[in-house]
Amino acid sequence: MKRFSQLFSEIDRTNRTNEKVAALVSYFNEAEAADAAWALYFLTEKRLSRPVTGRQLLQWASEASGFDPWLLEECYDRVGDFAETVALLVSEGDKILDEPLSRMVEEYILPLTDMGESSKRSIIVDTWMQLRKTERLLFMKMITGGFRMGVARTLVVRALAESCGVDKAILSHRLMGAWQPDAEGFQRIVSTNTSDDLGALPYPFYLAYPWEPEKEESFDVSEYRIEWKWDGIRSQLIKREGEVALWSRGEELITDQFPELLLAAASLPNGLVLDGEIVAWSGGEVMPFGELQSRLGRKRVGAALMQAIPVAFVTYDLLEVEGDDLRTVELDRRIKKLSELIPPQQLGARIFTVPELKASSWGNVSKWREKAADFKTEGVMIKRRSSAYGVGRKKGDWFKWKVDPFTIDAVLVYAQQGHGRRASLYTDYTFAVWDGKELVPVAKAYSGLTDKEIRKVDAFIKKNTTGRKGPVRMVKPELVFELAFEGIRVSSRHRSGVAFRFPRISRFRTDKPIEEADTLETICALLPPQAISQPTRMNQLELFPDAG
Amino acid sequence: MALLTLTTKGLYCEAGDFFIDPWESVERAVITHAHSDHARPGMKAYLTAMSGKGVLHERVGATAKIEGIPFGQTVEMGGVKVSLHPAGHLLGSSQVRVEHKGEIWVFSGDYKTQPDPSCEAFELVRCNTFITESTFGLPIYQWDDSRVLYREVEDWWRANQVLGRTSVLFAYALGKAQRVLAGVDPEVGPILVHGSVNRFLPHYEAAGMPLAKAEYATPELIKQHKGRCLLIAPSSVQGTTWLKRFQPCSLAFASGWMTVRGNRRRQALDRGFVLSDHVDWPSLMETIKATGAESIGVTHGYADVVVRYLKEQGNEAWVLKTEFEGESIQEVDSREENAE
Repeated sequence: MKRFSQLFSEIDRTNRTNEKVAALVSYFNEAEAADAAWALYFLTEKRLSRPVTGRQLLQWASEASGFDPWLLEECYDRVGDFAETVALLVSEGDKILDEPLSRMVEEYILPLTDMGESSKRSIIVDTWMQLRKTERLLFMKMITGGFRMGVARTLVVRALAESCGVDKAILSHRLMGAWQPDAEGFQRIVSTNTSDDLGALPYPFYLAYPWEPEKEESFDVSEYRIEWKWDGIRSQLIKREGEVALWSRGEELITDQFPELLLAAASLPNGLVLDGEIVAWSGGEVMPFGELQSRLGRKRVGAALMQAIPVAFVTYDLLEVEGDDLRTVELDRRIKKLSELIPPQQLGARIFTVPELKASSWGNVSKWREKAADFKTEGVMIKRRSSAYGVGRKKGDWFKWKVDPFTIDAVLVYAQQGHGRRASLYTDYTFAVWDGKELVPVAKAYSGLTDKEIRKVDAFIKKNTTGRKGPVRMVKPELVFELAFEGIRVSSRHRSGVAFRFPRISRFRTDKPIEEADTLETICALLPPQAISQPTRMNQLELFPDAG
Repeated sequence: MALLTLTTKGLYCEAGDFFIDPWESVERAVITHAHSDHARPGMKAYLTAMSGKGVLHERVGATAKIEGIPFGQTVEMGGVKVSLHPAGHLLGSSQVRVEHKGEIWVFSGDYKTQPDPSCEAFELVRCNTFITESTFGLPIYQWDDSRVLYREVEDWWRANQVLGRTSVLFAYALGKAQRVLAGVDPEVGPILVHGSVNRFLPHYEAAGMPLAKAEYATPELIKQHKGRCLLIAPSSVQGTTWLKRFQPCSLAFASGWMTVRGNRRRQALDRGFVLSDHVDWPSLMETIKATGAESIGVTHGYADVVVRYLKEQGNEAWVLKTEFEGESIQEVDSREENAE
């Protein structure tokens, strides 16, 4: 693990991209395939299933360090990273382990899953005491997941490409799916033989840039195809050799979450890849994204749930047909082929196409966008008719033009320290609005402030703490912020009765006194009408992850 | 009766009618050390350790009325015996021992027990009541041997020289900067310092502290040595056009806060060297015990945590809410600017 730990330190010690890549390249060049496999696994932010609970780790760290759990939590509060806290508090003994990364994972970590609590404890505690600080940190990261080393995935792929000489796109393609983190799996990833690279893997998703309306003059509207921007889960539906797979943009295989789509795809021809959006779809229209969320992350999808929240796959691009990669073919021609294969929307259809939005001027496009809310979409997509299906994001081909987000003014009431780069600064905020004379918390938001503003707010919080509950500080209500969010829905899990989608801080309203913050009443007026008329039903479906 | 009490102006000894490190103007101020949260201008009369007189004048003004006394010498103030004892924080930094009617109190000021050739070594003073700082009063803070750190600084410096980069080390202008100069090997290359560091150097020289030769970074010297020198400067210069003259640079910070990765990464630093002029957790606990104090006051830093811990260990401990800052990352900049 020494070499891996050295890599970690090298990456950690520089802010220069080139140096990070160089460190990665020399690691991939030098490491044994079995170790490189695990390094790659963690660097691409894959996680092992967690063999122990946070509570157990806290208890054991307390015993190993001799400090009470409350003191550990105080330390964690300042460090902002539990793995690092343990690395700092537990000290090594005289005997130091020197195992390669692969052995560390395969013999010390993977077997934990099938062990009883006391064996887990003794292995973990012994290992802590036989590792140096950085190795201890890495060991903890591997156990607890959330492995972020300060290096973006694209850099890892770039370094790997440089090291093995295989094209970056092919590597990202290979890395997308499930691969075995062992010597053989790694050899396959870096193999220069690219003949049978397809399998069940999706293509890298092509992404859109935000549209800048002030620059519309430099684009010819007739060269662009206008579509709705669907409010769902961007996915690729793949059918090869009789097998159907659904991949989300987060590179997750989500086939099992949507049995009805799997069934609907049975009649599709082989050697097909569709790009599109999974949406909650009922009575010929899209349902709010919150509904779709409740279909996610479930072990079993029951018939009742499928009936309550039916889904559909709206497809708008064809990437592969009869096994041929169409990505370099022009968009218009891809769509023409798509329409020959997939029918337009009709009653009962699960997989369908939708017509383009006709627009002869940018003014027309803007009108469509204004109507987005009526069609329950997020806005419009603007795609160059001649565009190929690229990799990542390329300026000039695909744009998204979303509807302006909703905004409210809310008061900062609770704060918590951030993680990673922002550990030890108060950056996680809870905001409240007026309900009569009382401030009720409505949303949590983390992002949106500049570093300078963060420091200012942090200093305010530290001086104006009125109480504490664990890591959360209650703050004197004084600061007002404008929050932007994408949607709002009824929620019985929130004290305020509403939950926001993607709340973020849009402005620090230093000009506003707290009396001018919004009221719950004005916020409820933003709720979509059907949500108000069906609160009971919404409440029964309290399955969402906390939207706050 | 409490020998030292907290007033709105600062820590006060009623029996002797004097203040220790007050934050508002008073008649008589005993000053532990010349950092700006402890030494403020505007006092009618100052009393401090003899070797700290020069740096205190730098902080509160050349015309301030400052009396210096040797460490260990007792001064009587209204029937109270006052003496100063080395705190090991920086040149002339002291703990204040106050004795009245057989009762002994010690106020630690800022202190460290680690060896530091740039200042007088910490002296343990036995007492009935010990008021200690707690800037790094969490068990995550455990300092490594500083000699190991100096070797790491030198390795970093050499590696930068190979790449033609200036090694920029951010450090407190008073104390930390000089400690680094007393620790690193000047054979590695030229050392330049920022003006706010430079102004304290003559006082260290006068006190006979063995610092490496360092020169004030004039435009000519910058041109001559950039790319291979070590520059010691306060962190407030980060992002200034002045610092741009040294480009290309590698940026590092010498501070106890560098223990936590997030603190370093947030400031976009390449390296963080864990070098602190305050006590770490183990030394804090050891020192408290060794003073033999039956009552322990805890101030600036993690006072709440330390007090709770001490109580759980069966000690009598209490929080003293002062306005001292210890070594705060956020306030570093403003303080260093004040020092300019």
